[in-house]
Amino acid sequence: MSQHDEIHDLDGDWHGEVAPGDEHSGDSGVSAGVRGYLIGFALSVLLTAASFGIIGTKLIWAPGIPVALVVFAVAQMGVHLVFFLHINTGPDNTNNILALAFGILIVGMVVAGSLWIMYHLNANMMPMDKLMDLHLQH
Amino acid sequence: MSAVATTAASERDPHRLGHHGSGPHPGDHGPSPKRIIVGYGFWIFLLSDFVMFSGFFASFAVLSGATAGGPSGRELFDLQNVAIETACLLLSSFACGMASLAVGVRNQLWTQLSLVVTGLLGLAFLVLELKEFAELIAKGDGPQRSAFLSAFFTLVGCHGLHVSVGLLWMGTMMAQIFAKGFTPNMLRRFMCFSLFWHALDIIWVAVFTVVYLIGAGA
Repeated sequence: MSQHDEIHDLDGDWHGEVAPGDEHSGDSGVSAGVRGYLIGFALSVLLTAASFGIIGTKLIWAPGIPVALVVFAVAQMGVHLVFFLHINTGPDNTNNILALAFGILIVGMVVAGSLWIMYHLNANMMPMDKLMDLHLQH
Repeated sequence: MSAVATTAASERDPHRLGHHGSGPHPGDHGPSPKRIIVGYGFWIFLLSDFVMFSGFFASFAVLSGATAGGPSGRELFDLQNVAIETACLLLSSFACGMASLAVGVRNQLWTQLSLVVTGLLGLAFLVLELKEFAELIAKGDGPQRSAFLSAFFTLVGCHGLHVSVGLLWMGTMMAQIFAKGFTPNMLRRFMCFSLFWHALDIIWVAVFTVVYLIGAGA
């Protein structure tokens, strides 16, 4: 038995699920693994370079830069999830994906909700100088 | 036994519509192996860590304009330093991936070597970050200067704290792998560590985008 077979026999004949971080069962060999990490690394470098390069450029409309940055960041997080954490759409990865989806939902609600509420709160507040005037009148 | 179960299942469901994957229905086998349960549990922990960070991100985003007359991110941040930090952490994550391949083939030498590279790059990141913090505090722009800087130090510092804890974890784990070899226990521990380390890199992507690039440049 080769060393490689031993790895997949660690869990007996269980192939129903994969733990997060495990390569998809049936994937072969170290070279395939290295290739996966290299692809992920190359994509991450590209996206990071794009993020840093777009700052201060005249290539795109200035107010669009934050939007582009967020798009690059979300793309890079996806690359990390798929190529480094091996969270993918494989059939035996369903539980991990479901947990991730719930996590994204909560994170989105916390961040978007806070910004939304605080923006409106700021917009409805009396400006600070007027507030000071009010105090002085008393 | 397993073959019989598979045959029975394929008679009931010849086109395998009822379940996915290459094996028979998971329920046929009883509970999942410990590796899967531990990995799943750790994944849930990491997701809850993301939720905690989302709170810090939300407060930073809300307070990023609250400089109280003090300096803003545009005046404070050195993007070149951030780019080097990002490179360190990305390379560290890649080296950790190499370590998990080495663990996969049970190669002690390559495991230890790639973990040393992982750790040194993580340490370089940490030194650069602490240097940045020390310079800010020395200039009087510490966390007590403004709400913006409080949020900045909390968010970035929390990530740095995670990296420090990860380095401690990795150091002890290297010694344990060296002493005990690749026992199932150590394999699970390594799996959790590599998930943790890659997850920290994901959080750093959000940090350099939201805090440094949007805060300083755009």
